[in-house]
Amino acid sequence: MDGGLLAQAFVYLCAAVLAVPIARRLGLGAVLGYLLAGVLIGPFGLRLAGDAAAALHFAEFGVVMMLFLVGLELQPARLWALRGPVLGAGGLQVGLTTLAIAGLGLALGAEWRVALAAGLILAMSSTAIALQILAERGLLRTAGGETAFAVLLFQDVAVIPILTVLPLLATLPATAGAAPHDAAWISGLPGWGQALAVLGAVAFVVGGGRLLTRPAFRLIAETRLREIFTASALLLVIGIALLMQAVGLSPALGAFLAGVVLADSEFQHELEGDIEPFKGLLLGLFFLSVGAGIDFAQVAAAPFAVAGLVLLLVLAKAAVLAGLGLAARRPRPEVLLVTLLLAQGGEFAFVLLAFAVQNGVLPEAEAGLLVAVVALSMPVTPLLMLAYGRLADRLAARDLPPEPDAIEPQGSVVIAGFGRFGQIVGRLLLAHGHPVTVLDHDMDTIEQLRRFGFRVFYGDATRLDLLQAAGAAEAAVIVVATDAREATDAILDTARRHFPRARVLARAFDRGHAYALMEAGAHLVVRETFAAALETGVEALRCLGMPAYEAERAGRLFRRHDRRAMERLAPVRDDARRYGLAVREASQRLLEVLERDRARGQAAPDEGWDATALREEARQQAGGQDAATSG
Amino acid sequence: MPRRILVLLAHPAHRRSRANAALRRAAGEVEGATLHDLYETYPDFLIDVDREQALLREHDVIVLQHPIYWYSCPAILKEWLDLVLEHGFAYGHAGTALAGKALLSAVTAGGTETAYGPAGLNRHSLADFLRPFEATAHLCRMRWLPPFIVHGTHLLDAAALARQAGAYQALLRELREAPAAPRPAPPAAAAGRA
Repeated sequence: MDGGLLAQAFVYLCAAVLAVPIARRLGLGAVLGYLLAGVLIGPFGLRLAGDAAAALHFAEFGVVMMLFLVGLELQPARLWALRGPVLGAGGLQVGLTTLAIAGLGLALGAEWRVALAAGLILAMSSTAIALQILAERGLLRTAGGETAFAVLLFQDVAVIPILTVLPLLATLPATAGAAPHDAAWISGLPGWGQALAVLGAVAFVVGGGRLLTRPAFRLIAETRLREIFTASALLLVIGIALLMQAVGLSPALGAFLAGVVLADSEFQHELEGDIEPFKGLLLGLFFLSVGAGIDFAQVAAAPFAVAGLVLLLVLAKAAVLAGLGLAARRPRPEVLLVTLLLAQGGEFAFVLLAFAVQNGVLPEAEAGLLVAVVALSMPVTPLLMLAYGRLADRLAARDLPPEPDAIEPQGSVVIAGFGRFGQIVGRLLLAHGHPVTVLDHDMDTIEQLRRFGFRVFYGDATRLDLLQAAGAAEAAVIVVATDAREATDAILDTARRHFPRARVLARAFDRGHAYALMEAGAHLVVRETFAAALETGVEALRCLGMPAYEAERAGRLFRRHDRRAMERLAPVRDDARRYGLAVREASQRLLEVLERDRARGQAAPDEGWDATALREEARQQAGGQDAATSG
Repeated sequence: MPRRILVLLAHPAHRRSRANAALRRAAGEVEGATLHDLYETYPDFLIDVDREQALLREHDVIVLQHPIYWYSCPAILKEWLDLVLEHGFAYGHAGTALAGKALLSAVTAGGTETAYGPAGLNRHSLADFLRPFEATAHLCRMRWLPPFIVHGTHLLDAAALARQAGAYQALLRELREAPAAPRPAPPAAAAGRA
């Protein structure tokens, strides 16, 4: 093991662990925290970070994973619904921003080809920053969030033609290092062969995702080896990235495509849960290395020029976005969100700038300047977002009527465990039209239920990330219906700790387990056999000749008595001695109640229907007046 | 063809009833009468409206047999009325399913006839207290029959009770054999439940 690698890992992790919580506490958000930490450990701070450029290159894989996860969240139907914004908003944003920046470049005296190349490169926004901020603020599923996402998606696709066009804009001889894009083996093929290879690769990802991955994951899931499942998830993403690179497509785009293909599958949440930590770490590393990579020497050489360019870049991009939004008559808070969110240079700019230098499109000095400008424009976004909340509120107050923009389903339910118990709960809820997400680790159950159109997902429901992926944070109710006590305890604990919004209904094995669950904070505890046993008892009473309604009431009364006894005993359970006493007291009480019932020859308090006393009174006053009620 | 009689029984604790139980036995001996115990059928109060409406369609005379509780019927019968006599089924422009059928209230009351008189404890007659049922019959275009009332059940001895039960049985038999009455004209304006 390389000590240097471990030391570097230590430095980066240390910076993240220290800076991010502080930044969040200060209300700056995690992205800004990472960036500042990067600056701090970078060559112009404490000089702790080694090769930030290499780290950046490695961390760009985080963007690939992020797009895979975004794809997983996006069913094909929803993606199709987004085609308008992707082509419209995305196309116009890239086109107009390119023209605006190229115009500014011309005005600043650049050659037209250089200006156009800069325009194309700087039109890209940062998917990493924008999506991270949207996720952090829970704005992904709002109208503004979807528009921003559509624009970013178009940019991802646009990178491919831009890579093709850039070499045509060369003003200088190409440098020795060939472009990574051209290193792809297909550059040796004729034009039609290249097109065929690209189409073939896309078809392979879509078709393979549909036909091969699901049976493969099913087999892997049946081994019940978590790390193998995680490994195959990583394998899938990395494999697709490599395939895409081989045919010269954006790996991020390929991963996104694979995600969409798998969005409908039962493994959606498990995959999300497995990839999420890797993505989080890599993205954090990405932001850290952007921070560490900012060349402050260049900035210090011409501070006003750099600051001016950053300002110009952000203003130009914001102006185009705001103009588009207002022209499309979108609600103003939404326009504000998209404008603030996408007005920075993107991580693709780093790749494209390096590519442009290699192909002799941009002189090295200018490219270096632009790298600094793009890097510095990134921290501007989290800073602008600090003002967003207040501004949006003011705009929303003026904009009438406010448009409801939450697409997140309300009042959703997560059911952990879908065996004999969970199924009944789920059926009742589904029958009443509530969105139910089910987690279970039995492949057979899942297979059958998916056939009937249930939203069932494979996975171990004790895992926090899986519950999160299933939407537990937004759920109104979490039903813990697992049959293993340990699993139920673990899920309840996680749910109460991390999802305070949800009411947690838990299935208890027996009375003792019920007490433990009540103590652990379940809002409702149901003993798994109580209702069925009670129903059997009521039926037995009926078989013995008790009229149906009296038997029903006897059962209900018994249930009430039992529930009260449980509630009374719960607080004293810890103290074994007092518990013993209280149990004796409870059974004493039950005996008393039974005794009283027997004395009256009845099980329920229903003297209102009993005329014995009235009869007595009527006889005593016979010939006199009569009482009012009862027959 | 004999008319078909449906006796709706509503007593929450018939094991503790004397008068109503006697009437129930008497009704059970009437050939062709359907006895339908609501508390026994719906101990959970979850009334099956379709089934109840089908029963109503299949019968010509509907008998509501119950004790008088607080000047009205026991709770389940009120629930039954609320749910089964739907607009469009029992009343309203298209609600003609019950038109022409007969409605009979057969009730038992603890108080004597004098107690249900102007000078009595209850100040009004039982016929007065049964007005809501009479109005219900009218709204549903049913024929409201003079109610069968057993007064003073607290003081009735076995012989008196047997006489009352016999009278009830005779009334039901008579209703079964009587020729179908002509359909009454629909009420001028149906007020509805609202």
